[in-house]
Amino acid sequence: MTWLGDHLGDILGLTVRHIYLAGVPLILGLFIALPLGWLARRYKGLYPVLIIGTGLLYTIPSLALFIMLPFLLGTKILDPINVIIAMTIYTVALLVRTVADGLGSVPEEVNQSATAMGYQRVRRFMSVELPLAVPVISAGLRVAAVSNVSIVSVAALIGVEQLGSLFTDGFDRAFLEPIIVGVISCVALALLFDGAILGLTRLATPWQRAGEGSS
Amino acid sequence: MINRIFAWLTDGAHWQGYDGIAARLIEHLGYSLIAVLVAALIAIPLGLYIGHTGHGRFLVVNLAGAARAIPSLGLLLLAVLWLGPRFNGDIAFLLPAGLVLVVLAIPPILSGAYAGVEGVDPDARDAAKGMGMGGSQVLRHVELPCALPLIMSGIRAGTMQVIATATIAAVVGLGGLGRFLIDGLAVRDTPQTASGAILVALLALSVDMVLAMVQALIVSRGLTGRYKRVKTFDPDAGVTPPAPALQHVA
Amino acid sequence: MMKRTRIALAVTAVAAMIGVTACGSGSGDPLAAGTSAAKAGTGTIVVGSANFPESALLAEIYAGALSAKGVKVDKKLNIGSRETYIPALKDGSIDLIPEYTGVLDQYFNKNAKATTAGAVYAELKAALPSTLTILNKSSAQDKDAVVVTKNTATKLNLRSIGDLEPVAKDMTLGGPPEWKTRPTGVPGLKKLYNLDFKAFMPLDTGGPLSVQALKNGQVDAVDIFTTDPSIAANGFVILNDPKSLFAAQNVVPLITKSKLTPTISTTLNAISVKLDTATLGELVKEVVVDKKDASVVAKEFLAKNGLS
Repeated sequence: MTWLGDHLGDILGLTVRHIYLAGVPLILGLFIALPLGWLARRYKGLYPVLIIGTGLLYTIPSLALFIMLPFLLGTKILDPINVIIAMTIYTVALLVRTVADGLGSVPEEVNQSATAMGYQRVRRFMSVELPLAVPVISAGLRVAAVSNVSIVSVAALIGVEQLGSLFTDGFDRAFLEPIIVGVISCVALALLFDGAILGLTRLATPWQRAGEGSS
Repeated sequence: MINRIFAWLTDGAHWQGYDGIAARLIEHLGYSLIAVLVAALIAIPLGLYIGHTGHGRFLVVNLAGAARAIPSLGLLLLAVLWLGPRFNGDIAFLLPAGLVLVVLAIPPILSGAYAGVEGVDPDARDAAKGMGMGGSQVLRHVELPCALPLIMSGIRAGTMQVIATATIAAVVGLGGLGRFLIDGLAVRDTPQTASGAILVALLALSVDMVLAMVQALIVSRGLTGRYKRVKTFDPDAGVTPPAPALQHVA
Repeated sequence: MMKRTRIALAVTAVAAMIGVTACGSGSGDPLAAGTSAAKAGTGTIVVGSANFPESALLAEIYAGALSAKGVKVDKKLNIGSRETYIPALKDGSIDLIPEYTGVLDQYFNKNAKATTAGAVYAELKAALPSTLTILNKSSAQDKDAVVVTKNTATKLNLRSIGDLEPVAKDMTLGGPPEWKTRPTGVPGLKKLYNLDFKAFMPLDTGGPLSVQALKNGQVDAVDIFTTDPSIAANGFVILNDPKSLFAAQNVVPLITKSKLTPTISTTLNAISVKLDTATLGELVKEVVVDKKDASVVAKEFLAKNGLS
């Protein structure tokens, strides 16, 4: 394991890039999925359209999307923005359904009570529906985070550097150690993302903890 | 661009031969089918056992989460580099890559089977026991049929994972539709790459649709019928089985 | 109310976290490399490389020497095949890349005919697009080669590529995916040597897949670079190329004209003087066999030759 010791700095640099490439799309995707999910819930006719549409997006293989985006958008071939956009698409694809279902999990009585208390639609969404949907949305976000970290590594095949570059570098030289270190770093990073979202969710839903003791 | 992609896809010459679309499609289906089958043979009995007995629940819950975090590209390259030299002939890359596909398909199927049995209405289980059924009878006649929707959604999720990873397997010299992506990328042949992408997406969609139909056919009507009624007419009726696919594909 | 504040807090925390990461990347972090071409202005040279170790090593040598001379350097290594990095060079994603005269000539020039080092260089220079230029070539050569196992060579009495003609129809050829359509690949072998292989198996760029596939019999002949230490290590046989399909392949820096300064050309030309085929083979061996970092090997080479 001397290779590992000599390359801690490099690995850290690649990890930072990996966090960036997997993390930014997560935030962007969430902010795009929230209104879409709300629309899908609000207008029942839209639900199947949005769910099937985003589901279709998810079937596009990541490698294909990475390669195709520069042609579709006119971006530069090696620009990391291609990876960011592709990952955002996947995040949205995963989250629209989760957001819609999360909002759907809010009991109708709760919504009706809020309306009865005089909450207008937007305010009701922001202060009642969304907070109550957080646990479900968070579960979806965790799935998206973990799979983003894994998928981003494929971008090494199109020359965008991150932890996946350790795979291709190791492979080209028939050198196992960088690949093993890369796989372990990826898994660790995914768990870190997962833990961070879990922690933020607990912060955002104190009532869940209050219930934990009794149930 | 769309015209060029269409032209590429409809060019008869691109469909023929050992490296044509037809052959690559069959290869891709073949890899995926075998991998999912092997994974299901391992994961379903194991998941049923764990769900039925409760032994090893910890393993399933953690394994399923951690497995999603494994970068499939890294695992593929590792397997081929490490195991490849141990084999001779055409299986030298096929076997390690196939192994990775199986490994990646197991967690979703396992957790589907486990969650399916785990989620069975305890009353139904008790009733079956009350009727004098033994453990294995309960499993076969009550738990398994009730778990089918989730087992199927586990299989569907695993299949999607396998089809996607089989695409990347072209990097390690395998056939399948990923070839059009990798070979197209290598020479910047965009129509070829785009066609490959479209074909893989279509394949994934059609396979998922077929599996959804299989699911509709084999899941007991008692379950699906009740599920519908719960949704529309009778909010108080018993336990609602979780909607398939919702949990696992998402 | 309380709940909403909490959520807002959580969201802000996440946004801040990402913001920090994003900012970090802007200031000198290599993440910015992809967008740096526009941002960095004329001062920074982005050095690229193809997706095989020798190219990455040469790129490290160029980058190391340039930064020693005070040129600001960014690296984007392991981009892919020529068909990928030349467009990247044209769109400004990278500015400089180590190249090989013969294959580059064939890339830009459909009717490339030259075979000797000097003629290839001249033909290439004339064929380059107006935005790109090449500096002096080094004497170091690394060619594609059709390689077979010792067993195959003895059994079929193979010495040159032409000897494959009667047996090719029962053989599988391996090579990088781009060989299927490249003039130096399958089409060239057909045109020059009249070889019709049973099948072509796309592998990697002379890397471990190619070596393994030849060793375990998945392919009967494969494309491996002449500098590759695995040829000697496995007793593989390089088939002669009397018709010069793989013309002279001297290592040469390919650079965007607008980025070229006198410092850059003197620095890179000084490297080309010090590189020869044997040295290059040694350096590649250090990276591929001894598993040393390309950047370390590059640094040692530059120090030894007074270029750093």
